[in-house]
Amino acid sequence: MSKKLINKARGLSDKAIAWIFITPTVLLLLAINIYPLFYAISMSFTNFYANKIGKEIKWVGLKNYIKVLGKESVWERMQITANFMFWTLLIQALIGLGLALLLNKKFKGNELLTTLIVLPMMLSPAVVGTFWTYLYNPQVGVFSYIMNFFYNFGPIDMIGSSVLAPWSIVIVDTWMWTPFTMLICLAGLRSIPDYLYEAAEVDRASRWQQFIYITLPSVLPFLLLALLFRGIENFKMFDMVVELTSGGPGSATELASIQLKREAFEKWKTGYSSAYAVILFVTIFGFGNVYVKVMNKIKDR
Amino acid sequence: MLDSARSPAESSGFSRKIAATIIIVYTVVTLIPITWIILTGFKSVDGAITYPPEVFFKPSLEGYVNLFTTRSRQSQEYLDSLPPPDTWYEELVRSREMVIAGPSKFFGRYTNSLIIGFGATFLSVFLGALAAYAFSRFKIPLKDDLMFFILSTRMFPPIAVAVPIFIMYRKIGLGDTHLGMIILYTVVNLSLAVWLLKGFMDEIPREYEEAAMIDGYTRMGAFFKIVLPQATTGIAATAIFCMIFAWNEYAFAVLLTQFNAQTAPPFIPTILGEGGIDWPAIAAGTTLFLIPVMIFTVVLRKHLLRGITFGAVRK
Amino acid sequence: MEYYMKNKFIILISSLVFALFSSTSAKSESITLGWAAWDPANALVELSKGFTAETGIDVNFEFVPWPNFADRMLNELNNQGKTFDLLIGDSQWIGGGAVYGHYVKLNDFFDQEGISMDDFSDATVYAYSTWPKGTPNYYALPAMGDALAWAYRKDWFDRPELQSEFQAKHGYDLGVPKSWDELYDMCTFFQGREIDGQVRYGAAINTERGSEGITMGVTAAMYAWGMQYENPDKPYEMEGYFNAPHVVEAVEFYKKMYEDCTPPGHSDAYMGANLDAYKSETVAFQMNWYAFWPGVSKEDADGRVTGFFANPCQETCAATLGGQGLSVVSYSDKKDLALEYMKWFAKPDVQAKWWSLGGYSCHKDVLGASDFVDSAVYAQGFLDSMGIVKDFWQEPTFVELMLPMQEHIHDYVVNGKGTAKAALDNIIEEWVEVFEADGKL
Repeated sequence: MSKKLINKARGLSDKAIAWIFITPTVLLLLAINIYPLFYAISMSFTNFYANKIGKEIKWVGLKNYIKVLGKESVWERMQITANFMFWTLLIQALIGLGLALLLNKKFKGNELLTTLIVLPMMLSPAVVGTFWTYLYNPQVGVFSYIMNFFYNFGPIDMIGSSVLAPWSIVIVDTWMWTPFTMLICLAGLRSIPDYLYEAAEVDRASRWQQFIYITLPSVLPFLLLALLFRGIENFKMFDMVVELTSGGPGSATELASIQLKREAFEKWKTGYSSAYAVILFVTIFGFGNVYVKVMNKIKDR
Repeated sequence: MLDSARSPAESSGFSRKIAATIIIVYTVVTLIPITWIILTGFKSVDGAITYPPEVFFKPSLEGYVNLFTTRSRQSQEYLDSLPPPDTWYEELVRSREMVIAGPSKFFGRYTNSLIIGFGATFLSVFLGALAAYAFSRFKIPLKDDLMFFILSTRMFPPIAVAVPIFIMYRKIGLGDTHLGMIILYTVVNLSLAVWLLKGFMDEIPREYEEAAMIDGYTRMGAFFKIVLPQATTGIAATAIFCMIFAWNEYAFAVLLTQFNAQTAPPFIPTILGEGGIDWPAIAAGTTLFLIPVMIFTVVLRKHLLRGITFGAVRK
Repeated sequence: MEYYMKNKFIILISSLVFALFSSTSAKSESITLGWAAWDPANALVELSKGFTAETGIDVNFEFVPWPNFADRMLNELNNQGKTFDLLIGDSQWIGGGAVYGHYVKLNDFFDQEGISMDDFSDATVYAYSTWPKGTPNYYALPAMGDALAWAYRKDWFDRPELQSEFQAKHGYDLGVPKSWDELYDMCTFFQGREIDGQVRYGAAINTERGSEGITMGVTAAMYAWGMQYENPDKPYEMEGYFNAPHVVEAVEFYKKMYEDCTPPGHSDAYMGANLDAYKSETVAFQMNWYAFWPGVSKEDADGRVTGFFANPCQETCAATLGGQGLSVVSYSDKKDLALEYMKWFAKPDVQAKWWSLGGYSCHKDVLGASDFVDSAVYAQGFLDSMGIVKDFWQEPTFVELMLPMQEHIHDYVVNGKGTAKAALDNIIEEWVEVFEADGKL
């Protein structure tokens, strides 16, 4: 393959090569990401239904946006999503960082253990959601069984109870994605040059001081980066939760993107759901921007 | 020497032991669900729903047989009228008073996953490497803006762009095709691939290619023969992340594919047995589905951590 | 470089596999039929072997699991996809199938082939074939009759010590419940009771959130309390009908059933979970479709363990309709072959075999045969139920109507949010919106 290309490309200037190399990526992103975004924005001002072929499409101005923002249920779903994100990010940051610090101690077998810990991350979220309904089953599931080893709770109904259901999705997400935070933190820890600690030793800094003044500041940008990725992913969270609780009981775990899916692909309210999607996108984009700015400031310090 | 012995990387034996103990406990806990999935794959359909759950049981391949076949229940008289079963799996199915009606869709869905997963991984790493090289080596107008644009495309919720993509694909005939899904997953992975790979390309000294070009290579030749082999680590790490995503993606697959190009993730959760949910078959499917991505990761494992380090540092 | 070699190899293999696949699926004379993945579908595969033997036309099947059935099939139709030549679509889809032109209108074909809708049971023709409802415009052939019914643990009921205890407590015999009140008494009687050293529970009822589950369960109670969706004289006027006091009572009753009678964790259960709960000997009753009874009763050849009964009456007698009609997809390129299959399927002898294999024929010759009632323990119940069935909206917009019902009923029954009246009011509010957008109001 490369032979042919080489012959063809003989004599191409650097500038031409630069464009040849970049163009496919940019074109694909424009076609599959930017075009749909603008399409969605333009649809959000109409009463379009994608399943009603031949029905006249009418311009409705800001009506869809007013409708979305005026719906109590939309605000409820936002709150559910925010809750989910807060707890998953907090727990994953703490456990992930903790594990990374421990793994960084380089004991025997830690290569193997790292690989094993990373396994849950490789499963398909939808399949994970499905299988956890089985694990959570208070009768035949192993979760309730193990919990009752420690204390006699009786059958634990994780998915059916409106109090426990939000926690059931937090637990599964944490189980699955803590390894991700851990990996990135570990990468950060490994990138701290030894001479920093050596210098600290010379200054007679205590272990605790070394941790506070060297380890933590060095690993923080990595942790924040991991949380950024997790935050973006969990804001979009759909598959695992849909398979685990289908948003229930009632709508106690119906995240914003699950509601969006139901509006867009079950009710086929394309116009309305486009407005909803744009609102969600602006939200994550705004938060993401602020977060990245804060992150860069911390990194520069 | 005494000093460096006290740095966290080489801490005392005692704290190392504590660390190892905690890590092992965590590993055991985190592996319980996965172990349970693998065990359930070898249970019988009835054995999977006993109370309390059984840890020790007589293994059965029913789950795997059910995963690959569709069956229908028949009366004893009808079964008696059939010639004796030719194969062990037919015998197993007959012993449950059923006959095999035909193969299930699992094999086809799994093949779709292989085609789309590997196709998209290859394409995104390839295109990502080209773009990353250009960004790393050449002067490009608005370079930083272009890079940020590429990153920002990762923030779109799939559901938000799924409707327009659905309509667009319907118009140009890419709906429910392998090619359509490969392109889609490639694009979703491109942002990650470009950013990670640019970090690696930056690390490779320009002198290497310049020397090669003096020896008569063109710029293109130097890229393929010199730069790419040098970037193997980065390519491997990028490929792992792209693969994990493309292999497991669900939302686009469930919304944009129907019967031709549907991958396994939307299929596995919906395996139903006779009436009830066929947990052994679901577990068997999950186990088989984990294997390729696990092998892929284990093979490329050494590069994983380094890959993250570089990519992250560059950001 | 090695990396690239590897990838080349992978591409080579995948393209080989791909070529292998596309060549096997390219056969000359074949049609594709779509349905849900469940017991009767496997029976249909057995049955259709006869069609292939007779005509040489191969029949391919695409069975979609229930939770995704509506989603996937309606997507395909909205896409004007050619995957299917024949579709056994849910009863509620008939409106959309007719109005949006997804289904072929069958009147001419029926006339030409001498297929008379009078040969099929009236309730099933009304439910599965006609749009607008009750007019002689046919878009499907009744293929699979079905309704929601109950199975119970006859062997537990037959125990003398339990019988006398029940009699002492409630003053009447432990047997097939004649009303929802009796059903409730019996369910609570078994709830938490230890039988043969294991704790048992009352009933496995529909509570699923994701597709149509809880709606298909709660309506079994609502219909029995005499619920009407709309003013019979003024279509789409739902206020005062759908949220009438007796309907509120029915929904409250269903919640009481959920709270007092179901096993722990039965909060997102439909067909599969109900069967599992029953099969694992956890519950005394299960609510489910007739379609599953052949499977349940086959495991119990002498009929000692399980008994079946139709939906109990309360204020009135009614049952939730299930079942499907067989339609020809108008986007298919092989409509002629598809119609040939339909013609074959409508034959009385094929219909008789359909019933014997575990499908629920709607043909009067089959249902009216002298030995029909004795041919299965649940046959009489099926006949009774099919006479009193009621269905959810069959409007083209039925999915939009289903979603708020699922959400608000689940929110009230399982999540315990608000009141039954508020749930019904909320549903009506969203329904009005749907009908307004559709120009019906």
